[in-house]
Amino acid sequence: MTTLQASSPWRKTAALLARFGLTGRMLVIAVPMLWLLVFFLVPFLVVLKISVADPMIARPPYSPLFVDGSIQATIGNYAYMWEDSLYINAYWSSIKIAFFSTVLALLIGYPMSYYIARSPEPKRSLLLLLIVLPFWTSFLLRVYAWIGILKTKGVLNMLLMKFGLINEPLIIMQTDVAVYIGIVYTYLPFMILPLYANLVKLDDALLEASADLGAGPISTFFRITIPLSLPGIVAGSMLVFIPAIGEFVIPALLGGPDTLMIGKILWTEFFANRDWPVASAVAIAMLLLLVIPIMLLRMAQTKGAET
Amino acid sequence: MAEPSLAADAKPWKDATATPFIRIKNITKKFGDFAAVDDITLDIYKGELFCLLGGSGCGKSTLLRMLAGFETPTSGTIEIDGQDVAKIAAFDRPTNMMFQSYALFPHMTVEKNVIYGLLREGVPKAEAMDRVADMLCLVKLQDFAKRKPLQLSGGQQQRVALARSLIKQPKLLLLDEPLGALDKKLREKTQFELIHIQESLGVTFIVVTHDQEEAMTLSTRIGVMKDGKIVQVGEPPQIYEDPNSKYVADFIGSVNMFEGTVDVAVADTLRIKSPEAGIDLLVEPIEGLKVNQSVSVAIRPERIAVTRHKPEGAANIVEGEVEEVAYLGNLSIYCIKLASGKTLKVTKSNLLHDDVPIKWDEKVFLSWSNAAGIVLTT
Repeated sequence: MTTLQASSPWRKTAALLARFGLTGRMLVIAVPMLWLLVFFLVPFLVVLKISVADPMIARPPYSPLFVDGSIQATIGNYAYMWEDSLYINAYWSSIKIAFFSTVLALLIGYPMSYYIARSPEPKRSLLLLLIVLPFWTSFLLRVYAWIGILKTKGVLNMLLMKFGLINEPLIIMQTDVAVYIGIVYTYLPFMILPLYANLVKLDDALLEASADLGAGPISTFFRITIPLSLPGIVAGSMLVFIPAIGEFVIPALLGGPDTLMIGKILWTEFFANRDWPVASAVAIAMLLLLVIPIMLLRMAQTKGAET
Repeated sequence: MAEPSLAADAKPWKDATATPFIRIKNITKKFGDFAAVDDITLDIYKGELFCLLGGSGCGKSTLLRMLAGFETPTSGTIEIDGQDVAKIAAFDRPTNMMFQSYALFPHMTVEKNVIYGLLREGVPKAEAMDRVADMLCLVKLQDFAKRKPLQLSGGQQQRVALARSLIKQPKLLLLDEPLGALDKKLREKTQFELIHIQESLGVTFIVVTHDQEEAMTLSTRIGVMKDGKIVQVGEPPQIYEDPNSKYVADFIGSVNMFEGTVDVAVADTLRIKSPEAGIDLLVEPIEGLKVNQSVSVAIRPERIAVTRHKPEGAANIVEGEVEEVAYLGNLSIYCIKLASGKTLKVTKSNLLHDDVPIKWDEKVFLSWSNAAGIVLTT
């Protein structure tokens, strides 16, 4: 009874709020919605605004959107991106690097996830912990560590030369190979975790049923395991591909002058050239580039779920 | 197609010269120190519908999985149709299994699920399609070929699983609790469908179940399992009427059990002293008993008559008071407390509508013939 009495002022407040369409459920959702609005949508709109401005030597270094009550917008920055092959090449190169990194992460991550998911319980938790463990060290430090491993007189070359496998040190640092190594290493856990979450649910009985019906282990893998883990493959690949496209730190630290990635271009435009409008246009274009395939994929998934 | 010879009619297990189709010899399966299956030897004949019956953890599923090739025996051999299957991997065995969970491939349609085994075997697509269509007709699922398993009811999924396991015409079909997930009505209906399909195809079935009613309905023979061992093998009536141990008597159906000691054999009746019953129990004599040996006497509830007046000429008569009455429609169950304090369970068919029913707290007489009691020494 006491709870009922205690709740009565609450009920009055709730009833009052409900009059304005604010129910408890709405309030719970309102917090993350507000968060997204303030910290995602608003900055996005700011960037969008800058991308249609003209560069100016001023502070901030772009023309205002509203001048004397009229809107001053230009698509010149986007047109410029189209005209200068640097940007197209950088996008293309980013997509290529992100794509092959994703494929590599999938090829390495799938067997690892499979092995973890099939391991007995105490071992499984330990292996999962080991996958997550690197996150406890700063990402930047880990990338620097790779410099120590990959450089001409680094750990890798020293070991290989000591065992007589090579005579000359391998040139890995400041090439695309180093970028691939860095991206695959950094994003591998993002591939493994969703794949693991999917594969751990895989019912042993399905694999046994497949064997029982005459399919060998390889046939079972391609006909049963892979199709059933497709949602995990898609989720993991997205989690690797999307951040890899915009990756800045890894190409900046491990890549060379030839490594062309859109994240680096963006940085140069902002900080070296101080051309905020073009930099913003590059950022918006990248967003569209990523959002469109994600939307298409989502649509395909909902369609697939319906049928 | 030649008329399959049915084990149910022929009873090859009674023929000493008949060759068993499946020979399980001294099979043991250990998980660590625990023997899930402990030195089982069992022969099963062609066309049989053999039930492995037992509670959970008795090793029945492990035995089935060894037949399918999912578990490797620790020791012992399994022969199927004269061939030792120890070296044959699951995917090459002439057996198919129907899984307890059905294990239907969720990403494939009913048709694709059923055709799966045929395509892996290399059957040409056109022929395989024809066989699938026939099989789906047999299990009455022809209209559901394009559905995914999750869009089907439990009973339909069960039939898909059955169709998928039968499509390759296995020499031996293994069924793990095939009807466990169905409700009672559907289960009863499906039991008869299963028998019908088994008889029309002539495939040997081995069914694992914990449901004694299911085992009684389906099987040509039942193997009752306990703690990794088979405690009794026999035809359903034999298992029910003539159990060889207290465990089997108690596991199959319900039973009233009296502890007692052998007193003396008089003419064609054996007298057993039983303070628990409050009377001396008269039973048909069996061989190999010694005076004063401890025995148990099992009496099925339906073998006991319950009357208001003292019956004439019954071998065993005892008085009691009605403690509980449960009316089930076709029959009633009475729990009757004897003077000794023991409660007996008695069932009575409700044959006549106008009977004055026996009520709570009534004094009644229980009686049974000397053929009703089964003397058990173990």
